[in-house]
Amino acid sequence: MHEVGIMETTIAAVLSEARGHDASRVHNIVLRVGALSGVEPDALRLAFDAAVKGTPADGAGLEIESVPARGRCPDCDLEFDVESDFIFTCPKCGRISGELVQGRELELTRIVMS
Amino acid sequence: MPTPLAPSAQKATRTVELRLSLLESNDRQAVANRRRFKELGMVALNLVSSPGSGKTTLLERTLAEFGAATRCAAVVGDLATDNDARRLGRTRAPVAQITTGSACHLDAGMVARAVGGLDLAGARILFIENVGNLVCPASFDLGEQVRVVLLSAAEGEDKPLKYPPIFKSAHVVLLTKVDVAGVLGFDVEAAAQNVRRIAPQARVIRLSAKSGEGIKEWYDLLGSLVNSGKG
Repeated sequence: MHEVGIMETTIAAVLSEARGHDASRVHNIVLRVGALSGVEPDALRLAFDAAVKGTPADGAGLEIESVPARGRCPDCDLEFDVESDFIFTCPKCGRISGELVQGRELELTRIVMS
Repeated sequence: MPTPLAPSAQKATRTVELRLSLLESNDRQAVANRRRFKELGMVALNLVSSPGSGKTTLLERTLAEFGAATRCAAVVGDLATDNDARRLGRTRAPVAQITTGSACHLDAGMVARAVGGLDLAGARILFIENVGNLVCPASFDLGEQVRVVLLSAAEGEDKPLKYPPIFKSAHVVLLTKVDVAGVLGFDVEAAAQNVRRIAPQARVIRLSAKSGEGIKEWYDLLGSLVNSGKG
């Protein structure tokens, strides 16, 4: 459950942004979470409610955009979507590649505040 | 007449684009660690695995044998006890224990603090033994140059398929306890194949810290890391 710690630092960053923008309420928080980030969106949601309690972000919406994994074949110079088994098989030549183009994202993307 | 709104409630709604890493503070510390290790002329390895896959036993033997000619240091992470540090402390290597309490992984700050208390003069390799866990440590860069994932013959051959994030991030995968693979019905070749499917970039070494099988290949790899000064 490293999601609890990650969510606590996220909310700390959100509140510091809100203060910096002289906002008193946070309405919506958007995160991007990669399929290979090692972080579970459901566990983040669970940690969210506890992390925002009693803060200006209490009651804010949490949107989690999932970022699918994409691989790249160095032989074919081709980028491709990866199936849920996370085996990066090139659709053109069939070689299994270790190159990850996207999927590790773990990002505080956007905040809506007033 | 309605009560006038408080000034704060009259503020317009704004959307702020941030694109900030959720692990920003860890990643910043990891960069600082990596710089420090480089300045010290030291290669750092992050050892990750399930509990009981043989990290400490491998380190004991490595510090005693490889460490006899090449000075090595170690930090070991566990939720509680300093048992591992005491085991490794019997070798001459500088060793620090990190007890994480309930935290399921090491982070870059914990490593920085633990390393700060060690005499690292002349050390060429720092082994960081992570908390036994195949999930959480995947997300946390500790500033290591080389990530080593261990998979023991007491586990399933399909672990790489079940835990892709950690294996995907591996530079080296050690298949450990291969001396008892036969007894346990562990198919070493099938496990190696599963590693190659998830992590074709990783160097795979089959070894046993008990029988010594494959241990020379491991020391050769450590030697080449020391000589090249990186992973």
